[in-house]
Amino acid sequence: MELKRKDLLGIEELSREEIEIILETAESMKEISERAIRKVPYLRGKTVVNLFFEASTRTLASFALAEKRLSADSFNLSSSSSSVLKGETLLDTARNLEAMKIDFVVMRHSMSGAPHFIAERLEASVINAGDGTHEHPTQALLDLLSLKERLGGIEGKKVLIVGDILHSRVARSNIWAFEKMGAEVSLCGPPTLMPYKIENMDVEVTYDLNEAIPDMDVIYVLRIQKERQKGGLLPSLREYIELFGITPERLEIAKKDVVIMHPGPINRGIELDPRVADGDHSIILNQVTNGVAVRMAILYLLSGGKSGEIAEE
Amino acid sequence: MTIKEKGTVMDEIQIKRAIARISHEILERNKGAENLVIIGIRARGDVFAKRIKDQIKMIESVDVPIGVLDITLYRDDFTSIDYMPVVGKTEIPFNVSGKIVVLVDDVLYTGRTVRAALDEIIDFGRPKEIQLAVLVDRGHRELPIRPDYIGKNVPTSDNELVDVKIKEVDGEDRVILREVKDGA
Repeated sequence: MELKRKDLLGIEELSREEIEIILETAESMKEISERAIRKVPYLRGKTVVNLFFEASTRTLASFALAEKRLSADSFNLSSSSSSVLKGETLLDTARNLEAMKIDFVVMRHSMSGAPHFIAERLEASVINAGDGTHEHPTQALLDLLSLKERLGGIEGKKVLIVGDILHSRVARSNIWAFEKMGAEVSLCGPPTLMPYKIENMDVEVTYDLNEAIPDMDVIYVLRIQKERQKGGLLPSLREYIELFGITPERLEIAKKDVVIMHPGPINRGIELDPRVADGDHSIILNQVTNGVAVRMAILYLLSGGKSGEIAEE
Repeated sequence: MTIKEKGTVMDEIQIKRAIARISHEILERNKGAENLVIIGIRARGDVFAKRIKDQIKMIESVDVPIGVLDITLYRDDFTSIDYMPVVGKTEIPFNVSGKIVVLVDDVLYTGRTVRAALDEIIDFGRPKEIQLAVLVDRGHRELPIRPDYIGKNVPTSDNELVDVKIKEVDGEDRVILREVKDGA
């Protein structure tokens, strides 16, 4: 079984089987990061461009390490230091890169759909590293892998996603990902940050965190995106902390072995109390470790074989 | 294309005897099991590696560390195949540096799998020595690689296949020679 795709743009279009192949391949990739020489020769001679039009630490570092551990040649371009500043269009930037012979574009953009637009117009494989408020598929996949490792499986688990659902591409990708793997997803957050008609994604919506918590196997805490809060949708951070912050006191009503996840970067003391972030329930750093393996798996699976003979050995 | 069975090359008892003999040869050549580790190549070599380990335990009462190698990411034929092989787990739960590594596979043919395995092992450290054990050597080497321990030499032609069946996967222990014919 393999992934018959050129690009990875979102979780929405993936089947459960495809997700399972990615997770299984990622499990095999994990061990490479434990070796004396943390590198395999698979992508030798292939070129990857990390095209980031939005700030990123974890995702960019994670992709860069995944590329290097598979021996690809890669480099990073960001909007602040490229011809985008001179007014070049996105498509022109991409076409110019392809004219220099590249195999993969890993792309983050503040506009939803930007990677899709590029993917249709390039021969290179495009991997969505986050597009606007739409999707962040590699984040959802690393979350699935981390949860699967912690709980042994995802089927039937109850997952609560807490926070700013409206602006969160992580929430959207994760709702699809958890549901495809058979989990039950609930959302909790301020009504102003809950998208209109989100119930259509087959999720429970609640505005009372204390009521929702006791049932949950997993609490997935979203970052309050301060850079996207200019519209006055949050009266105050103090109020948010009071109503939706995950604190040790709140966890007292949770299941004993509840799992705490967060996509990073954490606003310590706002959506997540430091004692919870660093506590036994948290798998936040496992999520980061698994990010490299998941991205290695995706690079491998999208690289595809070329047509020709099948070797016997 | 049709594939026709030409006969059984090794049956269950012959495979058992070959594993027993190879295990004795490994112990004889290395003067015991000290400093020895066994690494099997997925998927079949790992099963024979386990059998050799069990045999050595019976003979000398020593537990030899055992590892599994998946060589997919080290293959040299990705430009010429049109499918993506499943990447299996490599598990080498010990340090190979300074060890005598016995690398185990089922069939030795072109030698390209062994080349990939050697490269991969060396990414884990610097073994003192690597030796190669195979159940069947069918010839047609394309690289300068030779086995140290051989279950059976089976002269073959290019249009033949050596099909190794093992109990753990296929329900029986048997090595079958098959002929590939072009046309319907």
